Amino acid sequence: MAWSIHTYANPTRFMNFSAIVLPYVWALAGAGIGIGLYLSFFVAPPDYQQGDSVRIMFVHVPSAWLSQFGYGIMVVSSIVALIFRHPLADVAAKSAAPIGAVFTFLALVAGGLWGKPMWGTYWVWDARTTSTLVLLFIYLGYMALWAMIEDPNRAARVAAVLAIVGAVNLPIIRFSVDWWNTLHQPASVFRLDGPTIHSSLLWPLFVVALGFTFFFIGVLMVRMRAEILRRKVRTLQMQQAAA
Amino acid sequence: MNAFFALVQREVRLATRVGGGGGMAVFFFLIVLSIVPFGIGPDLNLLTRIAPGMLWVALLLSALLTLDRLFQADQEDGTLDLLVLAPQPLELTVLAKAVSHWLTTGLPLVIAAPILGLMLNLPLDGMLPLMGAMLIGSPALSLLGAVGAALSVGVRRGGLLISLLVLPFYVPVLIFGVSASRAALVAVPGDLGGQSLALLGAVSLASLVVGPVGGAAALRVAVK
Amino acid sequence: MDSWTEFFNMGGYGPYIWSSFLIAIAVMTGLALQSWMDLKKQKRLVSELEARAERKRS
Repeated sequence: MAWSIHTYANPTRFMNFSAIVLPYVWALAGAGIGIGLYLSFFVAPPDYQQGDSVRIMFVHVPSAWLSQFGYGIMVVSSIVALIFRHPLADVAAKSAAPIGAVFTFLALVAGGLWGKPMWGTYWVWDARTTSTLVLLFIYLGYMALWAMIEDPNRAARVAAVLAIVGAVNLPIIRFSVDWWNTLHQPASVFRLDGPTIHSSLLWPLFVVALGFTFFFIGVLMVRMRAEILRRKVRTLQMQQAAA
Repeated sequence: MNAFFALVQREVRLATRVGGGGGMAVFFFLIVLSIVPFGIGPDLNLLTRIAPGMLWVALLLSALLTLDRLFQADQEDGTLDLLVLAPQPLELTVLAKAVSHWLTTGLPLVIAAPILGLMLNLPLDGMLPLMGAMLIGSPALSLLGAVGAALSVGVRRGGLLISLLVLPFYVPVLIFGVSASRAALVAVPGDLGGQSLALLGAVSLASLVVGPVGGAAALRVAVK
Repeated sequence: MDSWTEFFNMGGYGPYIWSSFLIAIAVMTGLALQSWMDLKKQKRLVSELEARAERKRS
């Protein structure tokens, strides 16, 4: 049989495939997060400037990474859904949105809890925080659109257009927010993250981020399975109502 | 191209005869801005400082107000199906819709802005930059709004949904618009006003592409 | 014992560090549980509907 993109894109095949793979994904997620937590509390040294508060980075940075990763998955799936009319792509896009939104929220919360001891306030309107907030709004709008259109096929294509329009606009929004920020705050703000992270902190961070990513993939698979079944329930109900 | 102008004409005529034209939007604009001093107190210095920002925020809200009727009315009476099937490219149709939305909402608000600026104690020197910035920036609001309106066609309580979808995309317009309007009032180093005006223009031009293309894509899937 | 109080204190940053980790763990667990329970529910609905279809046929 020819091995094409459709091999795993068939919903039934995906159900079988994900059932086999899921335990390994969860194991990798658990191992990554578990080892990462150990490393971040017992191995990683306190930062010479920020002391122990730097450990919040191990929540903040992976969450921020997944907030971008989730949108990336949404956009790629949306493009595939629109162009190839793939039965699985819009399921993936819909399932990725709430997970991405949750990690965007976590990035904001952890950032606030990091900001309080560092900046003296939970919330600052700095460029990164503000564009993360706008990203959260776009996630929520996308989810609202899905929730408000009943027919899943129509909702899928409309939501795909929104995700792609959002992807086109996000760089513009990010640029404008950066620009706005330098306008109102001369560049004296203490940078939380950035290239100055010491290497002894970097590799524990990498382990946690990897664990978080596998967690994301695990939840994504579970949600996709549930979504495929939800559509099956919908067709079964409609068949029985018609009969 | 004739169809384009015919559509614009139809929309503007419909809006002035049935929807009260720009009158409603201007009225809303006025009321929102009159609420501001009640909220923050009648301190004239404070009002001067926040006037450009408040005017722009009110402009965004007023532009949202009429967006939900942009395609919804046509969808309800079946006109939208005809527009989608028409030989004219759907992108041009969306553009015509956005242009007529701007003519009946954006333009009246830009003209009304100086009067409301006076009420917020905006100095006279600031009026022209404010109007110029609004003139350049407000088309982007109609164009991006058209995408939101197209996405939520056929959705019950679509008006609320449009605001949630569109407002995040209005952020760049707000940022560059306020900064261009404010440059004449506050002493800033360099040619900040010109720079923000140029960026505002760039955002409007980008919306000129994103609006019709995105809106047409949304309409195609929404109507099918 | 002292080393443990010191550990929880985290150089004075304890409340911020522990609350950020606890919130993250709680939210992530909640998300995973909610997704898993939704999957269970859909599985149950599918089997119910299929059983009903089977009964009708026979």
